[in-house]
Amino acid sequence: MILEQLVTSFFAAAGFGVLFNAPKKSLIQCGLVGMFGWLMYVLLTNQGIDAVPSTVAASVIVAVLSQLCAKLYKTPIIIFNVSGIIPLVPGGLAYDAMRNFVENDYNVALQLAAKAFLISGAIAIGLVFSEVINQVIRRSRFGK
Amino acid sequence: MTNNQNKNEIIKVCLLAGKIMIQSGAETHRVEDTMMRIASSFGSRDSQSYVTPTGILFSIEGTEATNFVRISERSTDLHKVTVVNSISRQITSGELTLIEANRLLKEVDAKTHTYSIFIQVLAASIVSGCFTIMFQGQWTDFIPALIVGGIGFASMVYFHRIVEIQFFAEFLASLIIGSLALLFIHLDIGQELDKIIIGSVMPLVPGLLITNAVRDLMAGHLVSGLSKGAEAFLTAFAIGAGIAVAFSFI
Repeated sequence: MILEQLVTSFFAAAGFGVLFNAPKKSLIQCGLVGMFGWLMYVLLTNQGIDAVPSTVAASVIVAVLSQLCAKLYKTPIIIFNVSGIIPLVPGGLAYDAMRNFVENDYNVALQLAAKAFLISGAIAIGLVFSEVINQVIRRSRFGK
Repeated sequence: MTNNQNKNEIIKVCLLAGKIMIQSGAETHRVEDTMMRIASSFGSRDSQSYVTPTGILFSIEGTEATNFVRISERSTDLHKVTVVNSISRQITSGELTLIEANRLLKEVDAKTHTYSIFIQVLAASIVSGCFTIMFQGQWTDFIPALIVGGIGFASMVYFHRIVEIQFFAEFLASLIIGSLALLFIHLDIGQELDKIIIGSVMPLVPGLLITNAVRDLMAGHLVSGLSKGAEAFLTAFAIGAGIAVAFSFI
């Protein structure tokens, strides 16, 4: 059960790496970053934790791993975190919301849209949060 | 006089670098930062850049006019972002002259996708199949989602070549996805219509745009954030409408 989630999220993230024209040699890292983020999300939601805090935690993992990869391979961080957050991104929700809108089911549609907005906010918070921590660590090191 | 000419050259290089980055989906702050770094390493310390998804304003001190680039089409191309980033690094460390930088950037600008269309369609279909499983779908729906997603992405690329307006390309592609998914269910090859469709539309869906929009808003790039949000809304609307039209035929 967890295994199939791991395998599919790896291929989904790496596949999006291809669609986004990521360099060939970083595709595997893209897949791995996406896989660990999704693993965190699945583990937390299985524990009954709400999707929004789970997404924050998962995107922090994605951001930290992307920073490591960016430093290790000397490439811009955007390659790894863009492909890494793909499994978390509320594309399915956004689509669901829109489908309900065009089918005149506004109540369901608004709920789904609000959820999609919150989850994308959660991803952004997770990414920004780890960037801020990184900056704080770097600054305090220079301070010494 | 030569000084002024030189400054115009610097502006051209900066604008070209910025244009490629915005068209390839780089973050707004990265674009502004890269342009100012390039300018300052060519000796213009005081430069101003204002970047939105649809246009870049850039000026350096000592010149008369503000320079402006209009951007009409955007996608995500991480390879170009990486290359421009490394060109900017080489400029900052003094390894590239102005003329060389200009030539290199023009080369990057003209480059097309590294992966062939076939590989891209293959990737899109694998992504579709995998997302069906990730959304708790059954493995029996894996193959239908694989096929529908691949055809959906291929038709989106095809329609985008004939119709300039992205909205219609997305609308027609999702119309095809909806109809094909219905066909598969009808033929009893798949089980859950919703899972197949959600998986198949994932390569088209603007999940990344929504997230980037919120990130830009948080970073204080209010105009960029709002316009990316509007773009994401239009895409989601096109996809939802396409699927709904397909459903209305039953």
